[in-house]
Amino acid sequence: DFTKSWIIILQTVTLIPGDGIGPEISTAVMKIFEAAKAPIQWEERNVTAIKGPGGKWMIPTEAKDSMDKSKIGLKGPLKTPIAAGHPSMNLLLRKTFDLYANVRPCVSIEGYKTPYTDVDLVTIRENTEGEYSGIEHVIVDGVVQSIKLITEEASQRIAEYAFEYARNNQRASVTAVHKANIMRMSDGLFLRKCREVAENFKDIKFTEMYLDTVCLNMVQDPTQFDVLVMPNLYGDILSDLCAGLIGGLGVTPSGNIGANGVAIFESVHGTAPDIAGKDLANPTALLLSAVMMLRHMGLHGQAKKIETACFDTIRDKKVLTKDLGGNSKCSEFTGEICRRVQDME
Amino acid sequence: MMQVLYYAYLLLKAACNTLADSFLPLINLCSLPPPAKYGGRHTVTLIPGDGIGPELLTHVRELFRFCCVPVDFEIVSIDSKSTSDDDMNNAITAIRRNGVALKGNIETNHNLPPSHISRNNILRTSLDLYANVIHCQTLPGVRTRHRDVDIIIIRENTEGEYSSLEHENVPGVVECLKIITRKKSLRIAEYAFNAARQNGRRRVTAVHKANIMKLGDGLFLQCCKEVAAGYPEITFDSMIVDNTTMQLVSKPQQFDVMVMPNLYGSVISNVCAGLVGGPGLVPGANYGKDYAVFETATRNTGKSIANKNIANPTATLLASCLMLDHLRLHGYASMIRKAILATVSETRLHTADLGGQGTTSEVVQSVMREIESKGPRTSEQI
Repeated sequence: DFTKSWIIILQTVTLIPGDGIGPEISTAVMKIFEAAKAPIQWEERNVTAIKGPGGKWMIPTEAKDSMDKSKIGLKGPLKTPIAAGHPSMNLLLRKTFDLYANVRPCVSIEGYKTPYTDVDLVTIRENTEGEYSGIEHVIVDGVVQSIKLITEEASQRIAEYAFEYARNNQRASVTAVHKANIMRMSDGLFLRKCREVAENFKDIKFTEMYLDTVCLNMVQDPTQFDVLVMPNLYGDILSDLCAGLIGGLGVTPSGNIGANGVAIFESVHGTAPDIAGKDLANPTALLLSAVMMLRHMGLHGQAKKIETACFDTIRDKKVLTKDLGGNSKCSEFTGEICRRVQDME
Repeated sequence: MMQVLYYAYLLLKAACNTLADSFLPLINLCSLPPPAKYGGRHTVTLIPGDGIGPELLTHVRELFRFCCVPVDFEIVSIDSKSTSDDDMNNAITAIRRNGVALKGNIETNHNLPPSHISRNNILRTSLDLYANVIHCQTLPGVRTRHRDVDIIIIRENTEGEYSSLEHENVPGVVECLKIITRKKSLRIAEYAFNAARQNGRRRVTAVHKANIMKLGDGLFLQCCKEVAAGYPEITFDSMIVDNTTMQLVSKPQQFDVMVMPNLYGSVISNVCAGLVGGPGLVPGANYGKDYAVFETATRNTGKSIANKNIANPTATLLASCLMLDHLRLHGYASMIRKAILATVSETRLHTADLGGQGTTSEVVQSVMREIESKGPRTSEQI
């Protein structure tokens, strides 16, 4: 890297450790990044909701300012307290930064065996509208109506992101997942926008497939899929389905892209309160999300180095955390990856 | 060596027979089948549909003729290209008259305006076929990534996201309504628990997304809980739909009976069908209070493989067996089902979807040969 040898340009990243195992896996990631000499400067922030002027719930100003300046965030798991009076933290973050695209690359991890091999696909999910609009009414007693909202603007935005992602990451095709045979107007609109955007990306192959056909084919042969773009609910289901194919939420990275260039990368597993603080957690999901973040920032060399170290450690099977089938501690697993990264210098 | 092979063959046959018995479909708990008229023969409406439907249903008729099944088919064609409602009305009238139907999937051109509603959907809602029942079981001889899968999926078939209620109040903003009612949720939950009880199943799992759709799916879940209280011997639990799909691809053996609203049903039934071998193997049934319509579980038209003699007829043939069971023709159903399962266990006859090179007609011929080898049926056996 030219810049690396002459001027070290440190990029600031807002780090949100989160709850439960969040702090320990964040520490693990910071250690590994340090060992890899990645040009990242971490700015730790807390996002516990506070009530702002006017009574609206919002994230603390320090957190928002940090993110607005750095534009890049790495987030651990946040707990959603029941009956705390405020909406889920994830929802708050999404609204604050208009995180419209949820991107989950699902790649089979060599050494972590699942019934599915050679999975290499990316799910891109529209994250602001659709079935999760939260608009529900009781029409009469015993009849409930939930509204699914699809807008031209949001559909266009997500389709554009999907094709740009495909182009920037050398992916060959984009498949729009829909159910326009039943939901003609809403999914029809989504599909139309995807088709329109596809016209400007003739180098990428565009296909359309029904949601049920995708599910059917995904569990039989996931290798036929490349990039998938879809509205909110289908994206939620399919991204978790694909995470299941490669081994679950403990090894799946995730990124949220917002308007104004903001991007927050996160691990999507829970806070695991039962093992919090016991040095048993598996930092792989957060680490792979951080790798995704490095790629987003253009630091491909660093990303490859850290990713390879992580995969090699898992493939070797000598030092694995409990959920991966071993009995090492989180610190030991982290140490092993650090060692490999340093050996690669 | 030959001895070993022969014993292995006998064992496989025995496995098929036991499996065939466990395939006894959920009894339609709501009504008696229509009585046989005209000398003990039943009349069943047949809707060929599009794609592979017509050729596979022709094979069903061929097989029934061969086995002397006392069923006559009244064929009603629906032209999916036509925009008039006449075909649909004819079909619905015919099914009301006969009470039972066997159908292929009717293609929906999703580029047509919203006024052109899916024909399959119209059929289900007009006849109030509220329960879509799919039994996914690992079949011997079919290589899959997961073994010992045995899941019964009961999907609400008439409301939810499939209400076809959409509007565009503001240009560029479309609203699609998902309707959940107490009445239909209670009905499908009652069906599910009753079916679980009748078939000796221990656990019912409700699949939902009530953490996000608090009122809609919340109502569905509430209804399931209420019904569960009346079945203390059956364990009831619930699972969020995205977690369910994740669990299905890693450990599908944990599931027993699953009940859910319409859209999640589409996702889960396709995932489960994929887990046990694909769309060519699993039959499906749609039950209402007064009518029953049988088809393949995943409802595909199979346009790309139509008329090439490569489609897998197993799902359609098994659907016809479900229909025979519904008509209380258990002897015929059992006989044909055993023959189908014996055929599916023969790898050299597997069609392309199972990784083989067999043709549709070879599979059907093999089924007929299996039935023939069991000797002629006399009236005492039936």
